[in-house]
Amino acid sequence: MLEMRKDIFADERDDDLREVGRPTQRQDILGHVTGTSAYYDDHHFANLLHLKVLRSPHPHARIRSIDDAAAARAPGVKRIIRGADVPVNLNTLLSLIQFGKDDEPSLATETVRYRGEPILAVVATSERAARQALELVRISYDPLPAVFDVEDALKPGAVSVNPVYPKNTFDYHRKYDHQKLRFGDVEAAFAKADMVFEERYQMSPIEHAPTETNGSIAVPDTNGRFTVYTSTQALFFSLDTSAKINAMPSNQLHFIGGTVGGGFGGKVDTLTEPLAILAARLTGAPVRYRLSRHEEMQFGSPRGAERIYIKDGVMRDGRIVARKVRAYFDSGAYTRLSSYAVVKCVAHIPGPYTIPNVHGDVYCVFTNRTPATAMRGFGVTALDFALECQMDKDAVAIGMDPLEFRVLNAYRDGDMKAHRRVAKNCALIECAQVAAERAHWPLRDEFRRMSSRKGGGEARAEAVADRTLKPAPPGAPRTPASSSQRAAYERPPADAKSPASPARDMPSPAAPPPSGSTHGVRRFSSIFGTRRR
Amino acid sequence: MKTPIQLRLNGEDVATFADGGANLLDVLRYSVGDLTVKGGCWQGTCGTCTVLVDGAPRLACVTLAESCSGNSVETVAGLRRGADLHPLQTAFMEHFAAQCGYCTPGMLMAAKALLDRNPNPTREDVVDAICGNICRCTGYEPIIAAILDAARKDARRSA
Amino acid sequence: MTVTVKTFDRLADAASAISTERGAHFLSGGTLLMRAVNEADPAIKTIVRSTDPAFRHIAVSSARVELGAGATMAAILAERELALLHQVARAVGGPAVREAATVGGNLFAPSPYGDFAAALLALDATVTLAGGYGERELQLEELLGRRDRGATLVSKVTFRRPPGDAFRFAKVTRVHPKGLSVLSIAALLPLASVRITGARIAYGAMGRTPLRAKAAERALEGRSLDAAGIAPALAVAADGTSPSDDAIASAWWRREILPIHLRRLLLGADQV
Repeated sequence: MLEMRKDIFADERDDDLREVGRPTQRQDILGHVTGTSAYYDDHHFANLLHLKVLRSPHPHARIRSIDDAAAARAPGVKRIIRGADVPVNLNTLLSLIQFGKDDEPSLATETVRYRGEPILAVVATSERAARQALELVRISYDPLPAVFDVEDALKPGAVSVNPVYPKNTFDYHRKYDHQKLRFGDVEAAFAKADMVFEERYQMSPIEHAPTETNGSIAVPDTNGRFTVYTSTQALFFSLDTSAKINAMPSNQLHFIGGTVGGGFGGKVDTLTEPLAILAARLTGAPVRYRLSRHEEMQFGSPRGAERIYIKDGVMRDGRIVARKVRAYFDSGAYTRLSSYAVVKCVAHIPGPYTIPNVHGDVYCVFTNRTPATAMRGFGVTALDFALECQMDKDAVAIGMDPLEFRVLNAYRDGDMKAHRRVAKNCALIECAQVAAERAHWPLRDEFRRMSSRKGGGEARAEAVADRTLKPAPPGAPRTPASSSQRAAYERPPADAKSPASPARDMPSPAAPPPSGSTHGVRRFSSIFGTRRR
Repeated sequence: MKTPIQLRLNGEDVATFADGGANLLDVLRYSVGDLTVKGGCWQGTCGTCTVLVDGAPRLACVTLAESCSGNSVETVAGLRRGADLHPLQTAFMEHFAAQCGYCTPGMLMAAKALLDRNPNPTREDVVDAICGNICRCTGYEPIIAAILDAARKDARRSA
Repeated sequence: MTVTVKTFDRLADAASAISTERGAHFLSGGTLLMRAVNEADPAIKTIVRSTDPAFRHIAVSSARVELGAGATMAAILAERELALLHQVARAVGGPAVREAATVGGNLFAPSPYGDFAAALLALDATVTLAGGYGERELQLEELLGRRDRGATLVSKVTFRRPPGDAFRFAKVTRVHPKGLSVLSIAALLPLASVRITGARIAYGAMGRTPLRAKAAERALEGRSLDAAGIAPALAVAADGTSPSDDAIASAWWRREILPIHLRRLLLGADQV
């Protein structure tokens, strides 16, 4: 079997690293403790102009009229920017990797779809002058009914939030309203399970609250180029997004960044650069667009709120025989990265456990809330929280130790996962054993002797692999899958039949059928987007 | 109208003009040019802009600049002792007490205010000294350890 | 358009300026006013300040305490004779905020700020108002009722020093060690032998301004500080309150947990 570390990166990695457990210093620490690390706003320019944005006070409204005449005449105001001034006033972040449709304007023109949505920008000689000019803009709105709950948004007759996705769901592969995972037959397994537990989990949006708010300074250079100092976490991503929105070749943009005052996922959305560049272009002067703390909280995209339902079928002996997950990701009014969070979530179902029947339905839903984005394991973190709460509840309900319950169900090398990939390099059992020892948590002998390298795969995996090719219709005689898993558990751990069965002995997972369509052949990757496999 | 402001900044006299109602943070950064002072909220809630005015910690963003005219102001730019780093700076480096580094200048000044008045602080004293300074990266523990360590080492050096 | 700053040597002159000039606001510690100035609040055209030393003066005798309205939380913490207020002063922000925040400013701080004002309300404080034509006195409770109604400049706050350990204070926060108030409770609990007589209880963050828990005060009259004695007071703890929903807590939550924290405060840690 190919081992990446040795076979591919042999020359790049020192096998004698001794870093863990020893103190080390960051390479940028001297700049940090002397205050000399240069963040985007630590670059100064004569005649710097300041951009402030007028934001919607309504979660959903039609804009009837905008009167900015008084603001345009206000002291210090150099320019007012409206949606019509933005060269490409519709974009979606992941369009750069051909994922999703352009759905979000830089400045709203006819309708606002969340409270805090940008409508108009004032560029002035000081931030104070820009703020004072904003007070003079008069906008007349027709408020529209709004939807704030993911399940309400999916009901028939619900308010349609985003015209690009009129049914309030993101389109996967241009035809599916959600992402599915199907493995085995959960309904049949629930019918046979000793106990079935269903719970609901609701997460809240979480603001990254970086100590440095999002911002950027765009400076006109010679030859029509612009230098942009930015707080972005995603320099080239922001560069290309800015180029697209401003309809300019990306070689006219020089982005300088890398020193970021806290990001955590909240600085990947390119919130400020496109308008700062446009303003610099329209005025010929350097322009700074910096979010206030209030804007960072209201308009800066948060971690999305997920609602997750989990239904487990559990046997008295501790085996989980079925897991059904239904989840709704609140994307807010537009797509930032929640569409991708859903893909990650589905890839993470059912957690690190070998379960023969798994069913997942995960929706990316539009509501009239602030668009959600990346944050530290987004898509996975919330699901893990829900799954592990559920694991505790299952264990308590069947009277089993929660850690032993996890050890029993943990992936082992050779197990077939619900995604039809064979598990390898598993170590959850060993992690649990070490954690139990350190925490003086009593594990019974048989659980202390279990191993990720023993007892996995073999009959379990083969049976499951068979079934995936011929899904059992409901009510059909059961395949030996669950009985073989029972055998694996009930076999005394000391009775190690044969040494670990390495993954290369396993049958290959079923390949997607060849097809003329792109579906099933192209896959989405977190970094490269859809790519041919 | 611009208002003249004179400060003794890190031991040097500086003079500048500021807009009426300007806060000390903007004056230090954009009029005087001391970019070591960072701004996080401009509403007095995050502690990022902490500087010392006549030895006491103050939030520069909600301090009227002209109210400090004639006063001594210390920022992290003046923290070094000659060519050497301040013991707090060394301790922050050794304890990984900074990650993104943006809260670090304010955190260091809050810590200096503590050690200047109380060279042998308890852990509780340290926690109180930095309780108005938000750090989103480190989880605070390395910062607390660094400040306690700096106090110990400085006490040993001056003993 | 920038803000005009006017500095007066005498507090009385500053009081005249804010009462005669539209858009003039008095700057005490700055923690709230400067935030509004930074946000270009159009209502603020002039900042008025005073360097009058009397404004920051603290005078403590065995019977009375007099706090200049410009006295900071840090100044109170530096005054040994004011130990009864140290817990309250330390509850107001971190060290940098305490160096700026003043007694007078706290009286005008919108909910959920104003924990120090709640303490002064329990202590039955009197405020002195500065004015161009001389000073006048007012009960703090009366000032709180009309504080948003126009230009008022408080020069000092006075109260009778309470006996022994009759004064208690608790602040409930979600963030530790320091955060905004879910609520705060201040209580003056004078004992005649073992019976409470003339209790004063004040809440912070349970209404638009700090307010008194009059029903709970009445229910404590003549009772002893034990579980049975305080039960009637706990039952009416939230009477007359009107807390808000904000980012810290919902009004419902504030009402729910109020009796729990009042119980802890009245019984003391050893009995809970």
